[in-house]
Amino acid sequence: MTTTKPTLVLVGYGMVGHRFLEALAETGAADRYRVVVLAEEPRPAYDRVALTSYFAGRTAEDLLLAEEGFTDRHGYQVHLSSKVTAVDRTAKAVTTAAGHRLRYDTLVLATGSYPFVPPVPGRDAEGCFVYRTIEDLQAIEAYAAGRTVGAVVGGGLLGLEAAGALLGLGLETHVVEFAPRLMPVQVDEGGGAALRRTIEDLGVVVHTGVGTTAVEVCAGGRAAGMAFTDGSRLDTGLVVFSAGVRPRDALARECGLAVGERGGIAVDELCRTSDPDVFAIGECALAADGRVYGLVAPGYEMARTVAQQLARQAVRPFTGADLSTKLKLLGVDVASFGDAFGSTPGALDVVYSDARAGLYRKLVVSPEGALLGGILVGDAEAYATLRPLAGTGTPLPVPAESLVLPAGLGAPVRLGGAALPDEAVVCNCHNVTKGAVRAAVNGHGCGGVPEVKACTKAGTGCGSCLKLLGTVVDEELAAAGVELDRGLCPCFGQTRAELYEIVRVKRIATHRRLLAEHGRLGGEGCEVCKPTVASVIASLAPELAVSGHILDDEQGALQDTNDHFLANLQRNGSYSVVPRIPGGEITPDKLIVIGEVARDFGLYTKITGGQRIDLFGARVDQLPQIWHRLVAAGFESGHAYGKSLRTVKSCVGSTWCRYGVQDSVAMAIRLELRYRGLRSPHKLKSAVSGCARECAEARGKDFGVIATSNGWNLYVGGNGGATPRHADLLAQDLDDEHLIRLTDRFLMFYIRTADRLERTSAWLERIDGGLDHVRAVVVEDSLGIAADLEALMARHVTDYQDEWAATLADPERTARFVSFVNAPGVPDPSIRFTPERDQLKPDLTVLTTEGELLATLGRTPVLEASR
Amino acid sequence: MTTTLEPPGTAATTDTARVELLAGADWTAVCDWSRLTPGRGVAVLLPDGRQAAVFRDSRDAVYAIANQDPFTGAYVLSRGLLGATADGRVYVASPLLKQRFDLSTGECLEDSGVRVAVHPARVARAGVRRR
Ligand code: SRM
Ligand SMILES: Cc1cc2nc3c(=O)[nH]c(=O)nc-3n(C[C@H](O)[C@H](O)[C@H](O)COP(=O)(O)OP(=O)(O)OC[C@H]3O[C@@H](n4cnc5c(N)ncnc54)[C@H](O)[C@@H]3O)c2cc1C
Ligand code: SF4
Ligand code: FES
Repeated sequence: MTTTKPTLVLVGYGMVGHRFLEALAETGAADRYRVVVLAEEPRPAYDRVALTSYFAGRTAEDLLLAEEGFTDRHGYQVHLSSKVTAVDRTAKAVTTAAGHRLRYDTLVLATGSYPFVPPVPGRDAEGCFVYRTIEDLQAIEAYAAGRTVGAVVGGGLLGLEAAGALLGLGLETHVVEFAPRLMPVQVDEGGGAALRRTIEDLGVVVHTGVGTTAVEVCAGGRAAGMAFTDGSRLDTGLVVFSAGVRPRDALARECGLAVGERGGIAVDELCRTSDPDVFAIGECALAADGRVYGLVAPGYEMARTVAQQLARQAVRPFTGADLSTKLKLLGVDVASFGDAFGSTPGALDVVYSDARAGLYRKLVVSPEGALLGGILVGDAEAYATLRPLAGTGTPLPVPAESLVLPAGLGAPVRLGGAALPDEAVVCNCHNVTKGAVRAAVNGHGCGGVPEVKACTKAGTGCGSCLKLLGTVVDEELAAAGVELDRGLCPCFGQTRAELYEIVRVKRIATHRRLLAEHGRLGGEGCEVCKPTVASVIASLAPELAVSGHILDDEQGALQDTNDHFLANLQRNGSYSVVPRIPGGEITPDKLIVIGEVARDFGLYTKITGGQRIDLFGARVDQLPQIWHRLVAAGFESGHAYGKSLRTVKSCVGSTWCRYGVQDSVAMAIRLELRYRGLRSPHKLKSAVSGCARECAEARGKDFGVIATSNGWNLYVGGNGGATPRHADLLAQDLDDEHLIRLTDRFLMFYIRTADRLERTSAWLERIDGGLDHVRAVVVEDSLGIAADLEALMARHVTDYQDEWAATLADPERTARFVSFVNAPGVPDPSIRFTPERDQLKPDLTVLTTEGELLATLGRTPVLEASR
Repeated sequence: MTTTLEPPGTAATTDTARVELLAGADWTAVCDWSRLTPGRGVAVLLPDGRQAAVFRDSRDAVYAIANQDPFTGAYVLSRGLLGATADGRVYVASPLLKQRFDLSTGECLEDSGVRVAVHPARVARAGVRRR
């Protein structure tokens, strides 16, 4: 670290501070300075915007913004838990709480905001919290344990997020908002009504138009209740204040920098404070346009503005930013953009509102029909395309009415990227215009969304623009004459769905023939089309009258290694074994058998997230022996390895649970036994809950069933994993037979039309007409194919056989289960284990080099030994 | 380094045909030709304890490479699926992280810096050895 460089001190390492450090690196300014970061919080910058996801299981680590080694790579010195307590501008030095003093040449303040807590009596009682940092959330989580009621003061965006969190912690949740409606800043009366309706449906008690006069404190000094301006009161042990934020400008104030009278460090368009050597960016700054921005995107722009100056580059001044927001609060889409309240003279509103369904859409247009702004509640799908149009002055290409109508009522028009002028901002987070995206495609030859993301940063923030980004990129590629290849793989120009139809109609039963007759590349095929075609043929096996067993004939040659050995390959070359445990119900005797098998073969044993048991660390040659024992005890393959039905989770339901209204376990078992072994485009998961409390998490599944007092509700398209999605209601109050019939149709329709590795969630989002189309086909039989779909499923059910039992019964099929073809008896010496927590884990050291492997063998020549 | 049987197919019916690979000085017997499935591989234990992967492609050519997947260290390449590039290079895709290796050169198609060892392989029939 050369000391000749001037010292740049950054005070505050939050979201904007981090973006600033990134921008320093991107612009090359990082090399000109010795960069020192002084941060109050005990951890590097994290994604405060996603703070609430901490309650959804994301750890503090997951939320960190910097990738591994970021600060070292750029030579930044970061001091955590080092709050700056004073700035001495004459000596150009800062002092930290620990008393350290540090000289600066340039100072950047990115100190953010602090939550505003109204000065009501009792505000400091134990049990009162704010909602800003990971520590705040940890404290709330800990205190909520064992309590039943929680209240949030403030019904703005943060307040509702906090309310969602309390609800998630199992508390009876109240929201108290002084204004007459929720989110007064973003939505108008109509929007507020729709929002309120949906949020109340979630069980949140909403109090609007009342202020909090006091937090009642009990003898122990703990909060016990709240009193309101209308005289009413509420018993609650936990209170979260979320009544807005205030810029943290104390440092600036005390060292004599200019600050606004309503707070905020005053800066010019270059983010310079009244002292040219001191900059302020993010939520602590009072921008040149007289606004303090409580959103991250404007802060990011300020960060770039300052970095550009320090790099002596052309500077884009910060003149103000768009306050558009789109959020999912408690699962409700809320978006507001541009001139949402129609304050432009002559502005007209086009409104559609259905408070019952919690839907509200308002577009504000100019007399000339140009879009000025809007508010979307309940379904903000159109946000990504509408926001960029707002304020561009270009008249809407279609009547505004058609844009606010919900699906069904004269199907809503979706605007493509084509409707946008070049200056329209596609990605708000990183301020990327459509023009910039097009330039990336044409100029820098970006061939797809991933490249464009890397090149422009578009889509790497909140992600709400990704869909639009996709259409813009596609349209641009198409315009540039680039043929968009929707083909499955280099071998086939068709999609999986198209191949399915070809196989079904022409009754083609082998990959070889399909490739020869319909491939665009002759010969070998590849690792993509082989398993995919194998899966299609397996799904249609009854139709094609071929063996349903995936290891027979050519099928055996096409399967991925997991299907090939009917087990899941692990990192060290061993496999895992997952017996089916329908509905998660198992007898003690069977449980004991699993224990004995695991013990006798020395397998690592774990309860899975799917209500069954996974046994890890088996060698291929052990698999048949293991399954002999399991099959003998009545177990079947759990298809953990297949793109097929995994598990149907269940809750205990009416048999035991005091709340249960139907026998969820019986239904889960029935469904799992019906669909076991069904090959599909991706894995299928299901769950059945005995009542609305949903302990089985059915709405996180591809098809989920929730009991009602009149029968069953069927939900489809749910997903956990990488992009979680709550399943949508397909049909209500079904009896058992009806439920099964609809599920048969749904699954077969999905298998018929989905792309390779497309979960039902992505499929539902992609296909034209979405849920409504699927409902039409599955429930109303609009395509007249319901009978075929049911027949196909019926065949599957009758033809089902346990893959493992069938494999063990046939030497042809078992022959493959050897470690070495030339030394059948010899175990694979590279598969070794070391102890951990009284079980085994893979020994990875033998895998580092071939030398290691040979060393473990010692002198004995292995082949001889095996003879 | 591959041997193509001409006319193809005949070998499959001649069950006396044996697959061999050259490791170090001498040829190691792998298995009967009929044990190989087109498009798949088998793992072979070499006399010195090292491991090889032997494959048969859809045109009945045989290949042998080291069985260790250089990206994960696991000895699993024999369990990958075969494929061919547009220009006809036959490869195996690692079953773990799916990197592809050219079976004739051992070169990784995703990262030309990475290679796996290639062994000469042949099909010997009824005592008569052909290269
Ligand atoms: C064993 C288990 C983790 C555990 O110890 O609990 C597990 C393990 C694996 N999961 Fe999982 N998942 C397991 C439950 C889940 C769940 C929870 C659930 O099913 O209730 C999820 C989220 C729910 C969902 O899928 O929607 C889950 C989401 C994934 C995903 C992401 C899927 C997605 O749509 O984003 C993958 C990757 C993929 O499938 O492409 C995955 C893939 C895998 C694979 C198969 C990765 C692989 O190919 O090696 C793991 C190997 C399993 C093995 O070797 O036996 N696993 N995985 C769980 C087995 C459940 C079972 O009994 O079958
Ligand atoms: C729950 C929640 C949800 C949100 N959702 C959204 C959203 O959906 N969209 C959106 O645009 N914005 C959202 N925001 C707002 C967004 O998080 C802020 O706009 C953003 O974090 C501002 O970044 P910043 O760096 O200016 O401030 P911060 O991220 O608060 O960083 C300031 C940092 O400076 C530190 N600091 C302060 N004083 C000192 C000192 N004297 N010495 C050293 N360090 C100091 C603080 O400890 C803090 O770490 C949300 C905020 C919260 C809390
Ligand atoms: S979902 Fe309902 S029935 Fe099932 S366990 Fe939970 S509360 Fe009980
Ligand atoms: S708008 Fe947030 S990532 Fe593009």
